[in-house]
Amino acid sequence: MSTASAPPIAFRVNWWHRAGWLALAVYVVYASAQLDVSWDRVVTGLHNTAHFLGRMFPPNFSRWELLVKGLQESLEIAVLASALGIVLALPIGLCSARNLMPAWISWPMRLVIVGARSFHPVIVAIVFVKAVGFGALAGILALTVASIGFIGKLFAEAIEEISLKQVEAVRATGAPFMSVIGFGVLPQVFARFIGFCTYQLDSNLRNSTMVGIVGAGGIGGTLFAAFQRFDYDYVCAILISIIALIMLGEFLATYVRAIFIEGLTFADLFRRRERRLTSARERHLEDD
Amino acid sequence: MLSIKHLSKSYVRGKPVLTDIDLEVAARGMTAIIGPSGTGKSTLIRCINRLVEPTSGAIEFEGRDLVTLPRAALRQARRRIGMVFQEYNLVERLSVMENLLSGRLGYVSWWRAWRRKFPPQDIARAFELLGVVGLAGFAHQRADSLSGGQRQRVGIARAVMQQPSLLLADEPTSSLDPKTSVEIMQLLTDIARQRAIPVVINMHDVELAKRFADRIVGMAGGRVVFDGPPDQLSDAVLKTIYGGADWLQ
Repeated sequence: MSTASAPPIAFRVNWWHRAGWLALAVYVVYASAQLDVSWDRVVTGLHNTAHFLGRMFPPNFSRWELLVKGLQESLEIAVLASALGIVLALPIGLCSARNLMPAWISWPMRLVIVGARSFHPVIVAIVFVKAVGFGALAGILALTVASIGFIGKLFAEAIEEISLKQVEAVRATGAPFMSVIGFGVLPQVFARFIGFCTYQLDSNLRNSTMVGIVGAGGIGGTLFAAFQRFDYDYVCAILISIIALIMLGEFLATYVRAIFIEGLTFADLFRRRERRLTSARERHLEDD
Repeated sequence: MLSIKHLSKSYVRGKPVLTDIDLEVAARGMTAIIGPSGTGKSTLIRCINRLVEPTSGAIEFEGRDLVTLPRAALRQARRRIGMVFQEYNLVERLSVMENLLSGRLGYVSWWRAWRRKFPPQDIARAFELLGVVGLAGFAHQRADSLSGGQRQRVGIARAVMQQPSLLLADEPTSSLDPKTSVEIMQLLTDIARQRAIPVVINMHDVELAKRFADRIVGMAGGRVVFDGPPDQLSDAVLKTIYGGADWLQ
């Protein structure tokens, strides 16, 4: 007497997964209801947007002096904050690397980094505006804190990944601690450090156009004022200028990285990318 | 010159890697330490310059006990002990010249070293040594662009830059092909002989050890089980060092 047995199950049902997806779906519906998100409002909003975009064109550059002054201030905030942040992040990052430092140094330093990373730069900027008053100084300090957090953390992680064999060899020569750092540790992380710094400069440039909204200097203040006065054509001019500034920054950052990391000369930068890389490689071979 | 007395080391309590090592190294010649993998040869070498901290015992070098030296004095002693590594341990992103000069870091303040302000006689000697190890013209090349043999030549030059009174070598040829291994051993022997620097070297290649060493120390299970000239290294002795006999045929 044979019974047709059920075929073996190839894919087991995971009820936890199903419950998880269901919970997510339920929450999305609940949150939308809470926040009064509805299709009608999106449609009305699109209408407003069209009206507002229409008023943005043509952009109005007539108050260009104010615009240039704001941009200059943003650029200054970004560069100063990056420089200060890099100088401070170097020792802080080094001290929080757990493979080089004893726990009683690395843990407090890690706390400093965590603290610097906890808040968005705008929140930090609000605090500094309260502390040192309106103006660029508050913006510089806020972005310095952000830079310490970002570069310090990544730098520490880079150091924790280095080859300790190279460090061991330098230690074996009887080198003092600082020389071990300079010859055994920093050469291994220098290229990545330059990378972190240029990314942070890029990010500071972006954020320096924003801290002005809370009164911490730069083009952001001008932008916010223009919005409030419904000067949409001027808003458009400001936005275009910010885009230009950011693109310029990104362009520069790319080339700083190229010079330090790929070992290119300044002249190489004006060649096409593939040719540039080949020529760097060729020069490397010529040295043989 | 160097005298190791009752040296023991255990990384984990109760599981010694080295047990009661006694070893005298004369002021000249090459002493090769052979033995199976994991018998503590590297640990022994690293205990001498305290890259690994010994658990107990004494290591006398130039009239001082290295084991009890405080940090600053230990650094002074390390300057006198050059070391060559199995995987070369060059600083990959630095140039050959910078790697050589890192042998002088014990003598130059960090502030000068960071700015690459080494004394001119150090730089002159670095160039001279580059010629000796057959790498003249390689000064500005980055270490990571060299072949294994070339890297080990830089490794040897870096150790000799220290003007050491003792050279330690931890399996310096284990990552190299047989021909390059012989060349490197020849170079190491020649340099050490010319400058009258005694060498303590770990080797896993018994034939190479017999060919170049003046004295062979056999280790097994963290103890010295043989100590004598290469011609006394019979099959019976090799059997006590490495165990078994099948591999000898």
